[in-house]
Amino acid sequence: MSEITLEKMSNEYFDVLKELGNIGAGNATTALAQMMQCKVDMSVPQVRLLEFKEMGEMMGGEETIMAGIYLAIEGDITGSIMFLLEKQAARHLVNKLMGMQAEGEEFSEMEFSALKEVGNIITGAYLNSLSSLTNLVIYPSVPDLTVDMAGAILSVPAIQFGELGDKMLLIQTQFFDEMTLDGYFILVPDLDSYGKILSALGIG
Amino acid sequence: MGKVIKVGMADLNVCVSPDSITTLGLGSCVGIAVRDPVTKIGGLAHIMLPDSTSIRINSNIPKFADTGIEELIKQVVARGANRGRLVAKIAGGAQMFAFQSTNDMVRVGERNVAATKKKLAELKIPIIAQDTGKNYGRTVIFYPETGDFVIRAVGKPESVI
Repeated sequence: MSEITLEKMSNEYFDVLKELGNIGAGNATTALAQMMQCKVDMSVPQVRLLEFKEMGEMMGGEETIMAGIYLAIEGDITGSIMFLLEKQAARHLVNKLMGMQAEGEEFSEMEFSALKEVGNIITGAYLNSLSSLTNLVIYPSVPDLTVDMAGAILSVPAIQFGELGDKMLLIQTQFFDEMTLDGYFILVPDLDSYGKILSALGIG
Repeated sequence: MGKVIKVGMADLNVCVSPDSITTLGLGSCVGIAVRDPVTKIGGLAHIMLPDSTSIRINSNIPKFADTGIEELIKQVVARGANRGRLVAKIAGGAQMFAFQSTNDMVRVGERNVAATKKKLAELKIPIIAQDTGKNYGRTVIFYPETGDFVIRAVGKPESVI
């Protein structure tokens, strides 16, 4: 064990992630559409392996304000998953969900929990597809949400990837309703869970 | 006006007055600024993990508190700072998310701060100011001319330590 580095596994793991990203984001889109009772489309997810330095830039700079939803996963595999959304996109979703036109800089407590629920549903849909593809039991924890600088939010998964190497994997998905919403999934399995995912998918 | 040098995640650099040096969006990572007040030579490191010896893939020196701080000191001294006059200011090490987990990675901010303090103590470099912990991100800008360490956070007034 622990001979794993992201660079080494990237090719096969990439394909798997891309596929998972597709199915997961597809499920997430359906869930979003149901929740908001409108039509939501999505683009083909992009899987990216980025240097730590490149991450913030990708999201428009380390100081771009994002909403980050983070939860732990337990069960047959352990680790964590994060979903990031730009603040305006988060605002748009919350307004839509609550039937409001608020434009405030801050989210109220109720908006905050609505946003947490959005994140919960999106990450839940993603994890469901991971679970059904692998036949692994996956329990998500209660999510936590923060609205802060992209760099600061990303430091959390980056540090976890930092134990494996100097790069980090993320899946970028665009959702469209009236506007384009850029969302990012970051799945961070614990070291010994990588192997379990790969072998459950028959490529270990 | 000098220029502003940017330090990324797992990165470090030297900075001489009148230039300033910055790192954006520190979360659980720690930013360590050091300065020789006489020569006004300083530097900034942005470390991600506490300890290089507990990790197998550890060739990226600025990523870890122990090796990163050592390298930062080496580089500022090579640039002309006096080793014995160096003082440090530190910021970051937040816990961005609050959920309970068996995984001790969640408390990595706290561990990063502890490792930073330990390393600086070992090198006998006093920490003269700090703004660490809590649950929000910080952007820092360090001015070797004055030693000012400016801290910006979302929805909070700018502070100088």
